[in-house]
Amino acid sequence: MHNPQLNSNGELNHLLSIDGLPREVLTHILDTASNFLEVSDRDVKKVPLLRGKSVFNLFFENSTRTRTTFEIAAKRLSADVINLDVSRSSTAKGETLLDTVDNLVAMHADMFVVRHASSGAPYLIADHLHRVGRNDVHVVNAGDGRHAHPTQGLLDMYTIRHYKKDFTNLRVAIVGDILHSRVARSDIHALSTLGAAEVRAVAPKTLLPSAVEKMGVRVCHDLAEGVRDCDVIIMLRLQNERMNGTLLPSAGEYSKCYGLTPKILALARPDAIVMHPGPMNRGVEIDSEVADGPQAVILPQVTFGIAVRMAVLSILAGN
Amino acid sequence: MPLSELPDAEAQCAQLAELIRPQLSPDTALVGIHSGGVWVARRLRELLGLSDEIGLIDVSFYRDDFGEKGLHPQIKPTSIPFDVEGRPLILVDDVLYTGRTTRAAINELFDYGRPASIRLAVLADRGGRELPICADYCTWQIDLGKHEELVLEADASAHLQWRLAQHA
Repeated sequence: MHNPQLNSNGELNHLLSIDGLPREVLTHILDTASNFLEVSDRDVKKVPLLRGKSVFNLFFENSTRTRTTFEIAAKRLSADVINLDVSRSSTAKGETLLDTVDNLVAMHADMFVVRHASSGAPYLIADHLHRVGRNDVHVVNAGDGRHAHPTQGLLDMYTIRHYKKDFTNLRVAIVGDILHSRVARSDIHALSTLGAAEVRAVAPKTLLPSAVEKMGVRVCHDLAEGVRDCDVIIMLRLQNERMNGTLLPSAGEYSKCYGLTPKILALARPDAIVMHPGPMNRGVEIDSEVADGPQAVILPQVTFGIAVRMAVLSILAGN
Repeated sequence: MPLSELPDAEAQCAQLAELIRPQLSPDTALVGIHSGGVWVARRLRELLGLSDEIGLIDVSFYRDDFGEKGLHPQIKPTSIPFDVEGRPLILVDDVLYTGRTTRAAINELFDYGRPASIRLAVLADRGGRELPICADYCTWQIDLGKHEELVLEADASAHLQWRLAQHA
């Protein structure tokens, strides 16, 4: 089957989803990222690798953090970064997604970083670029609907590898709103490709996708059982709109059953790490004592995220 | 050229150290370019009795052929464990050829600060320069064709030796 993410040499041409990428591609990104980490500690926090390239941040959905980290990553590679707040510009005037893309390609865009509320939007752009013969323009998915958020998945893998060295014996619990989470999907695919021993999906029934077992995870509805003897705990954000919907009785009720407290964390392995993609709801999915505690690696995740995005942008630009 | 006629790389390291020694100042630091240059820089540090750790440099992020070749598949970390500002530096490589790697390494070093000076030490100068760069210290001049490559290798006991490779 044609994989739109890989070129004819099997190299990464677009980063759309972790699903379908071979282990070597993931490992290559993580290895490359480790060399970019040091660039941010230099006097001049910049390397000239992408000088003269234009990276367009195309955010059809708000996300300050992801957009900022992509912008920092591109700037540390010396690329020119153009941020388009599409929700407030041409789309609002009625322009179609692909017309917007064609216009930006005519402005000599080399790369698009795309965030969209609809699953599959970055695929549509990549497919369109292929059809118009512009395989030299690359697409990075920065989150599409409920589908995927591959750079978040990769930075989570980078963080796990940094602290745990190896995936083979790891037990990883992903806790929270897995149904609506593109981060959870990307993490599950990445963990299974990299060979983690066990991945647990911990959530109430209403917040789990119907065929989640088919992704190779163990389902737990009980948080204590879910985190017991785990090496890694990935907490997901409970989005505000879910708190008021019909899927949950209330934020308080959710927090009582699925909030990570020091007492619950003590059931995991003593050297377990706690991750969160941000932004956190303190006191809902995670207790402040845990979020600020010695086992939390939530801020290192942010730092690693820049190096991982630098690796992705430079690998794509070079292929 | 048969292997037996290639010079002893370890002996060349000793010669290179003696070329550098008269001009060494107390705060001179060595920076080796991955991979061969790092091995040579380690030897020089021992032979010259320098106390500072050597710097390691991988020029992958500074190469001028990124547009054609893309990112090198195996990058090694750059690590400069001392303050570059105001220091006399000696950049160390195994082979000097087009000069493009040296250019990239000099640019990278300046992103760490402004060194007092940078000199270039190499075991071999194989000709074929494409940039106005020359070595300050060099132990071996050899003219090689475009399809030949001089490779410095470390065996199991970390002994350095030369190999001449042919490309299609």
